[in-house]
Amino acid sequence: MADLVKITVDGREIEVPAGELVIKAAQDNGTYIPRFCWHPRMKEVGMCRMCLVEIETPRGTILTTSCTTSAAAGMVVHTASETAKKAQEGILEFLLINHPLDCPVCDKGGECPLQDQTVAYGPGESRFVEEKRHFEKPIPISDLVFLDRERCILCARCTRFADEIAGDPLIEFKERGNYTQVQTFPDLPFSSYFSGNTVQICPVGALTASAYRFKARPWDLRVVESSCSHCSVGCRIAVESSQNDVLRFNGVDNDATNRGWLSDKCRFGFEFIGSENRLRTPLIKVDGEFQEATWGDALDLVAERLGAIITEHGGEAVGGIGGARGTNEDAYAFGKFMRGVVGSNHLDAQLDDGLDARFLAGVSPRAEIGDLDRAGAILLWAPDLKEESGSLYLRVRHAAQDRGTRLVVAHPRRTGLDDRATHKLTYRPGEGPALLADLVAGEGDYAAVLETLSEGPVVAIVGRTGLTEQPELAEAVAAFALSLPDAKVLPFARRSNTFGALDMGVAPTLLPGRATTDDAEATAQLEAVWGPIPTHEGRGTHGILQGLADGDLKGLVLLGADPMRDVPDGTLARQGIESADFVVAIDLFLTDSSEMADVVLPAEAFSEKEGTVTNLEGRVQKVNRVVTGPGQSQADWTILDDIARRLGKPLAFASAEAISKEIADVAPAYVGISWELLDWDEKDGAVVPYGAAIQPLIYHPAALGKKALQAMSQKPSSGALALHLARTLYDDGVLMRNSLSLHALAPGGAVYLHPEDAGRIGVSEGALVEVKTVDAALRLPTVLDPSLATGVAFVPFNQPWTPSLGAALSVVVAARKEVRA
Amino acid sequence: MSHPQVLTARMTEHPTDSHTLERYEVTGGYAHARRAMDMSRDEIVELVKASGLLGRGGAAFSAGLKWSFLAPSRPSYLVVNGDESEPGTFKDRQLLERDPHQMIEGIIIASVANEVHEAFIYIRGEYPKPARRVQQAVEEAYAAGYLGKGVFGSDYDLDVTVHLGGGAYICGEETALINSLEGKRGEPRIKPPYFPAAKGLYMMPTIVNNVETISNLPHILEMGSDDYRALGHADDCGTFLFSVSGHVTDPGNYELPHGITWRELIFDVAGGIRDDRALKAWIPGGASAPWFVPEHHLDLEITKEACGKAGSMLGSGAVVVMDETTCVVKAAERVVRFFAHESCGQCTPCREGTTWLEMILRRIEDGSGRPIDAELLLDVSDNISPGLTWPPKQTTICPLGPSAVSPITSVARFFKDELMQHIEQGGCPLG
Repeated sequence: MADLVKITVDGREIEVPAGELVIKAAQDNGTYIPRFCWHPRMKEVGMCRMCLVEIETPRGTILTTSCTTSAAAGMVVHTASETAKKAQEGILEFLLINHPLDCPVCDKGGECPLQDQTVAYGPGESRFVEEKRHFEKPIPISDLVFLDRERCILCARCTRFADEIAGDPLIEFKERGNYTQVQTFPDLPFSSYFSGNTVQICPVGALTASAYRFKARPWDLRVVESSCSHCSVGCRIAVESSQNDVLRFNGVDNDATNRGWLSDKCRFGFEFIGSENRLRTPLIKVDGEFQEATWGDALDLVAERLGAIITEHGGEAVGGIGGARGTNEDAYAFGKFMRGVVGSNHLDAQLDDGLDARFLAGVSPRAEIGDLDRAGAILLWAPDLKEESGSLYLRVRHAAQDRGTRLVVAHPRRTGLDDRATHKLTYRPGEGPALLADLVAGEGDYAAVLETLSEGPVVAIVGRTGLTEQPELAEAVAAFALSLPDAKVLPFARRSNTFGALDMGVAPTLLPGRATTDDAEATAQLEAVWGPIPTHEGRGTHGILQGLADGDLKGLVLLGADPMRDVPDGTLARQGIESADFVVAIDLFLTDSSEMADVVLPAEAFSEKEGTVTNLEGRVQKVNRVVTGPGQSQADWTILDDIARRLGKPLAFASAEAISKEIADVAPAYVGISWELLDWDEKDGAVVPYGAAIQPLIYHPAALGKKALQAMSQKPSSGALALHLARTLYDDGVLMRNSLSLHALAPGGAVYLHPEDAGRIGVSEGALVEVKTVDAALRLPTVLDPSLATGVAFVPFNQPWTPSLGAALSVVVAARKEVRA
Repeated sequence: MSHPQVLTARMTEHPTDSHTLERYEVTGGYAHARRAMDMSRDEIVELVKASGLLGRGGAAFSAGLKWSFLAPSRPSYLVVNGDESEPGTFKDRQLLERDPHQMIEGIIIASVANEVHEAFIYIRGEYPKPARRVQQAVEEAYAAGYLGKGVFGSDYDLDVTVHLGGGAYICGEETALINSLEGKRGEPRIKPPYFPAAKGLYMMPTIVNNVETISNLPHILEMGSDDYRALGHADDCGTFLFSVSGHVTDPGNYELPHGITWRELIFDVAGGIRDDRALKAWIPGGASAPWFVPEHHLDLEITKEACGKAGSMLGSGAVVVMDETTCVVKAAERVVRFFAHESCGQCTPCREGTTWLEMILRRIEDGSGRPIDAELLLDVSDNISPGLTWPPKQTTICPLGPSAVSPITSVARFFKDELMQHIEQGGCPLG
C-alpha cells in the first residue's frame, strides 16, 4: 500500500495514496473533475485538457491537468476556481466548435459525456460562426463498428485501448492539427476481437456498434446487471433491453473478473436471444417431420417413452448430455432428474472436452483471476485465451505487459500472448508430454524457462490446448505447476457454465457440491433429500454416445447440448443420436442434434431466467431475468420437473430460488450461498467454498515421471501430420449461428500448414487440399502459418459449413489430384 | 562595424571547402575533442556551466545546467536538434551545411560529458543539402577514426546516426523529436514526468541540444570559460547567430554578440529597410515571439533579459522585419495559419483554437469581420494562453498553442486601430 498523504481539494482536506493522480484522488473523495481522455484503466495522456485545475506550488499557482499530476503531501488543488472554470469552459467550447451537435439522431445522446459535461461545465452558447470540419461519415472500421469522424473529439481512448489493452494496434491517429482523425491502416480493418469496447468507452457518439445503431434511446433502456454466459469467466455485464428485446450488453467494471472489458463475442452475442429462429412451442416428430404440440402432449410423450425405456431396460439405459448452458439451478435439477428420477449416472455437462470432471471441480489450491495480478510468474498451458476467453486474455496480457509478470506460454501454435511471453514453447500436438518432461528436467534451453518459473507466486492456467491433445497431459502439467513455489492452478474449460454444472454434479463421477460418487457420506446425505440414487458406474459424453451407438443405451436427454457440432467426434455423435430409441432435446433452437430428436422442448435462454452460475475460479454469480422467453418457452428446471412429475417422482421445486436453497442444503461447497447474498453483499459473486463451507473433493493431479511422460507422448502415423484441432472465438456453435453480426466472422474451415510442409505437399496459400483422418475426409483451403511447428496441421474446430474431422491425432494432407478433361 | 566571428569564421574564410574534414583539421579542428577525451564528465560539465552557454534552440536554458540534470541510469543518449523549422530561422542550416565537423566535434565533447555512446543528429526533412553534407562529414569522421569504435584511438565508442524529419515543425520540440526518432507520431510528451534528461529517448536519460549550442563547444574548450563569456554581454555569453529576414536591405545570418540595440541590428547590420520605407514592426525571435515596434523597442538592448522584460524573446534568433506596407492582420493571419497547420492535433486548445483563430483573422482580412471579433480573438487566445501574459501560460501540452497567440496579442497591443479599421471598413485599409 502506498503511503497516505494529505491534500486539499476545493478547501477540503482529504487523505489519498501518495502518487495517486489528482483526478482519481479527487473523485474517490467526492469531487468530480470533468474529463474525456482519462480512463482509469488506461495510461494518462493529458490530451483533451478538460481536467485542468489550479494547483498551488512553491513557484506559484499553476493551471495543469489533474490527470497527469500526482498527489503530493500538502498539495492544494482548486477544481472550480475562476481560472479553472474558464479553462474548462474554454476546452468544452473548443470541443464543440467542430462537433456536429446531431444529438437527436446520435446513439450516444442521453448517455454522452460530452453532452453531460457541456451541461455541467460548458458555455451556454457557441461563438463559432465558421464552417465546421467535414468528413465522410460514418465509415465502417470493422464489421462491427462504425466511425463518425465529425463527432470524434480525438481523446485517443479507442486507439489506446486497441494498443495498450487489447494488443491489437489497428487504429491510430492520421493527419495532424485540425485534420487529425482516427483511422485504420490501409486495407487493414479494425478486426480486433475487442473492437466493441471502443464503442463503450467512446465519450461521444463517434464509435457506434452496427448491432445497436438507431435501435433505442438510452433513457428507454432497462438496465439489469448479470454475468456473461459466453465463456467460463462470467464477466460482469449490464443487459440492456427495451420493449422486451435485449438490445445491448455493456461491460461493468469490476476487479474480480473483467474490469469492464468484453470480447466482441460476448458484447454482440446477445442477438441469439431475440432470434426469429427461437423455438416457441414444443415439437413432436411425426413421420420424420416436426409438428407443433401442446406442452401436455409433448410432456406426456416424453414421460411415456422414457418411462418405457426405464421399465424395460432400467434407468441406466438413459443418458443425459448438457447442462452447461443454463444456470446452476437448471443443472442441479438435471442432476436430480437423471439420478433421482431416471436412475442413471450417465450424465455429463462436458461435451467430450476431455478433462476429468474431478480435476476441474477439485484441483487445489485453485487460483482466482485476481491472483494473476499478484503473480510473479504465469504458466499458460491451455487453449489460446484470445480465442477462447477474451477477458482472461486481457488480464494475463495486462499482468505480463504492465506489471512485468513473467509469462511462459506452451502451445502448438501462435497465441495472442506470444508477444508478451518471456518464453514461448511451441510443440507438435501429441508431443506435449515429451515437452513437459524436458521442462521438468530443466536442461539445456529449458533451464531458463524453469528459472522463469522459479520465483512465485506462480499461477498456472491449465487446460487442453486442442482437441487432439492427450487429456491426461493437462493434469500432469497441473501437477508440475503445483510443484512450483507458492503455486495455484486455474483449471481452464471454456464452455459457459461448465464449472457450475460440474459443481452441481452433472458428471458421471460427481455429486453436487464437489463431492464424488464414491463418497459414501456425501451419497447418504444426498439420498436423504433425493431418495435412492444409482450406484453403477456412470458414462461421460463419449461413453453415452458410444453406448447409444452400441445399443447399450436406449434413451437420450439433451439439455442445451448439440453434440453434432460440439463433440469432437461428429461421426460418433451422429451414430449415437441416430441409434437411440428415443431422444428428447430441451433447447433454444433446432440444432443439428435436436433436428434428430423425437421431441424438442423450447427452453428459456440467458436473460430470460434468474439463477446463479459458477465461473472457472468457483465464483458464484447471479444472472437475472430481463425479458420473457419467446412463445411458450420454459426454464429447464420446470420442464424437467414436469417430466419427473409424469414419471411419478416430482422434483418438487417451487421456484428457481427454492432450488438454490436446496443446493445450499445438500451441496457441501455451496453452503452459505444464497441469492440474497449475491444480490446485496457480494455483488461480484462469492467464491466457493464460501465462508465456513468445506468442499469434500480435493483433487491431486498425478505428477508423472519422465518415462511415463515419454510413453504418453505420441507421434502421428507415418506419412501423416499431427492434427491441432482448436476452437476459434467465432465458430458454428448454435448461439453464434443465431447471432448474425458474429456468425460471418468465423474464419471458416481451412487447414493451416507450415510453409515447409505446404511446399513439400506442393500447395500454396488458398489451394484446396484433401484432408483425411480416420474418421472423415474433407476438402479444405490451405492457409500458410509459419507459427506452427513443421509436421503439424491446424484445423479450426466447428466452422460453418464444415463437417467434423474427428479428433484423431493423425491427419493426412495431400494436394488434389489434377482432374484432366 | 566589426564583431568577432567564432562559429562562422571558418566558413567565411574558406567559403569553398569549410565543410570538409581536411579544411577542418588544417584550421585546428578536432584538437579540442581529443583533449576532451582526457577530461572527466564533471570537468566538462563545469566548464560549460562556467562558460554561461545558453541553449540556442529558443528557450535559452543553461546548457551546462541541463547536462547536470542527466539521470544516472544508462545508456544515455545525445540528440542534436537540427529540426530548424521556426519561420524566419535559418542559422542552423548554415552551420550544418558549411561547418558540419564543428558540430561533430561538439558532439564528441558533449558525448564524453554525458557518457553517451550513441548520438543522433535529427535534421529537418526539408534540408536535403545540409543533411547530405552532415552525412558526408559523419562518414569522414568514422573513416578517420573520430567516430565509431575507439574514438581517437581511445577505448571510448561513439556512434552517430543522421536522421531526417518528416516535415513537422513540432518535431523541433524536444519530446516530439524524441517520439519521432522512436518512430512514433511527432507529438510532444506530457511533462512531468518526461523531461528528456530524466526519461528521453527510449525512456532513457537523453540530452537534446541545438546545432548551434553543440557547435559552440569546441570554442569553449579552446577559449576557456572566461574568454568565452567575455565575447558576450553580461549573462548572454558568447556570440549569437541572428537570421534577419523580411523587408531589410541585407537579409542574412549574422554572428553578433548580445548587447547591441535593435536599431543597430536592423539599420546598421542588415542595411535598413528596403526602398527607404518606414519600419512598422518586427518579430524579434521567431514566429512564436510577440512583435516589437519602433516606437517602443528600437533602442532596446538585444539581451535575453531586456527582451523578456519588454514582453518578447530572442528565441531562435530569427528577426523578421515588416515595413509600412505590411498589413498586420494579414501578417498575423499568416503566422497563425502556420501554427494551425503545424499543430500536432494532440491537445484540444491547440488543435481547435489555432484553426479557429486563423478562420477569424481570415474573415476579418476578407472583410467579413464583426465588431465582436476583436474581443473574440482575445478571448479564444485567452483560452489557449490564460491571462495572455509573458512568458505565456498554457492550457496546452506544449508551447505551440500559445505561440499562435503572440501575433494576435501583438496586433491587439500595437495595431488595434488597424484591426478595427478592417472590421469597420469591411476589408484591408492597405488594399
